[in-house]
Amino acid sequence: MIWETVRLAFTAIIRNKLRSFLTVLGVVIGVAAVIAMVTIGQGSSAQVEASVEALGTNVLIVRPGARGFGPSSGPPAPRFTTKDAEALAELSTVQYAAPVVSSSQTVVAGGANTTSQVYGTTADYLSVQNWALTGGRSFTEGEQKSGAALCILGQTVRSKLFGSADPLGETVRIKGLSCEVIGLLAVKGAGTFGQDQDEVVLMPARTVQRRLEGNQDVDSISVALRREVTAARGIAQVSEVLRERRRIGLGQTDNFSVTDMKEISSMLSGVSSVLTSLLSAVAAVSLLVGGIGIMNIMLVSVTERTREIGIRLAVGATSGQVLTQFLVEAVVLSVLGGVLGIVTGLGLAWVGTIFMAIPFAPSGAIVALAFGFSALVGVVFGYFPARNAARLDPIEALRHQ
Amino acid sequence: MTPPLIALRGVTRSYGTGEAQVRALDGVDLTITKGEFVAIMGPSGSGKSTTMNIIGCLDRPSSGEYLFQGTPVQGLSNDQRALLRRHALGFVFQGFNLLARTSALENVELPLIYKGLPREAREARARLALEKVGLQGREDHDPSQLSGGQQQRVAIARALAGDPTVILADEPTGNLDSHRSHEIMTLLQKLNRDEGITIVMVTHEDDIAAYAGRLLIFTDGKLTRDETITPRG
Repeated sequence: MIWETVRLAFTAIIRNKLRSFLTVLGVVIGVAAVIAMVTIGQGSSAQVEASVEALGTNVLIVRPGARGFGPSSGPPAPRFTTKDAEALAELSTVQYAAPVVSSSQTVVAGGANTTSQVYGTTADYLSVQNWALTGGRSFTEGEQKSGAALCILGQTVRSKLFGSADPLGETVRIKGLSCEVIGLLAVKGAGTFGQDQDEVVLMPARTVQRRLEGNQDVDSISVALRREVTAARGIAQVSEVLRERRRIGLGQTDNFSVTDMKEISSMLSGVSSVLTSLLSAVAAVSLLVGGIGIMNIMLVSVTERTREIGIRLAVGATSGQVLTQFLVEAVVLSVLGGVLGIVTGLGLAWVGTIFMAIPFAPSGAIVALAFGFSALVGVVFGYFPARNAARLDPIEALRHQ
Repeated sequence: MTPPLIALRGVTRSYGTGEAQVRALDGVDLTITKGEFVAIMGPSGSGKSTTMNIIGCLDRPSSGEYLFQGTPVQGLSNDQRALLRRHALGFVFQGFNLLARTSALENVELPLIYKGLPREAREARARLALEKVGLQGREDHDPSQLSGGQQQRVAIARALAGDPTVILADEPTGNLDSHRSHEIMTLLQKLNRDEGITIVMVTHEDDIAAYAGRLLIFTDGKLTRDETITPRG
């Protein structure tokens, strides 16, 4: 008998194609909206997290000038020199210390040119930044000391100047200086603030100082602490040495700043968690809206079918049999809608992540939640109005218009 | 002595509560024996349809006693009443009440599904019932593809297929023209005579009531006349 009832349910679904379609559509929209929304949101969130990772976790940036925003009062703070970087590299808490001389320059090769950041630094910069080479080599100690005209290209600069050709051994001209390309950096992608980190040319610090800038200044020093060292201890030791080297007396304020990249990381993580909360709120609203849609279709459908319930009761169906049929119909339609909704939602999210160039990272929990909630709403609102109708005296159900 | 098929004792039915209470039936006593063809007449609001719905277990009396083959129906649960409808009663409504988008054959099969008959048996019985009402060849038609008279014959076949003791017909010709009406009445009369099915029918047309063998007249919720008549045809 139960199989007959299940068969009746399937017959009713097939017979009322439009109604079944609308019911399924309601569930599909609810489930798909939530899954697409949250999956894209989590992709953006993962993107932010990845940028945070890329900042490096045990890195200090040392800059001249007191910390703070806006114009500083008094004479400008003295610059660092490569000697300062070398001194920091000797410290017990420090693994690498790389001076960075930055300069914005037009880089020319053949007929092509592009404007790029040029960083004068040492081979240690790659270690601090955890940046690999995809081809060629880094600078040697001797080349750094002598200020050789060599450079390592970032991927954006490479593609703008050389297209798909191999630039190793070729020559680029920067401010009249011919440099041999000896290495290629791996792709780093967009930075935390959206800047293109691959639009960069690395050269020995001395080369940039003497041939491009014409001075001895170092703009900043990137310091990688040893793994076991806490940021606080590292900062304390670095500051102490720099105060000594810059002859800052007791009671005088530092004329340099030491920034722990972890602070920036935690700030960005904060942004990312706000983003996640926002998306959760959007998802909750989507679920609610989807749920109301499903509820409406189910209620309208059951109201419309009250007379059918009356007919079935009149010809001898028990209310239990009528209810089983409606329950099976509601479950089948909700589950079908849920499955189609998952497929549609993931598909939309996938297309969205491709357009937004963010990682596609669907979450099983959200898929399960969206499916579970919509299916529950579908079943509850398919079942309970039917239960009320089946409890009526048949004549009342039959009189229902 | 076998108990009568249908016995109503002091049955009342009220709708609403308090001041607004309407008494549709006001103490009806009525006995119907097996094999009768009873027509119920009366002005609208006289309680004729209410009586019929109570007999058909579609509605419940507010007070009084209803015995079906000696069993008090007012003490039965909803499911027991459903079983009584399933095994002993067949309905023909003024508005046909067929399932839409469902073929004539499947409509007739419906009560047989709830009776638990295997597929082949119920299809055979449904075909036979459609043949009895003269609808052979129309088994696969939807109600929307059939005329009013044909739809009502499908409804009669549905009532008949369950092999009922009683067929309850509530204005079965109310939506039909006079030619179709007489066809339907001839059919009901034939079922009553050849198959021995008890028929209780509500109508407000004298020439339709004339097919019955007994006429009940209701006025203001009371049974005011009960007479045996000579059926026409």
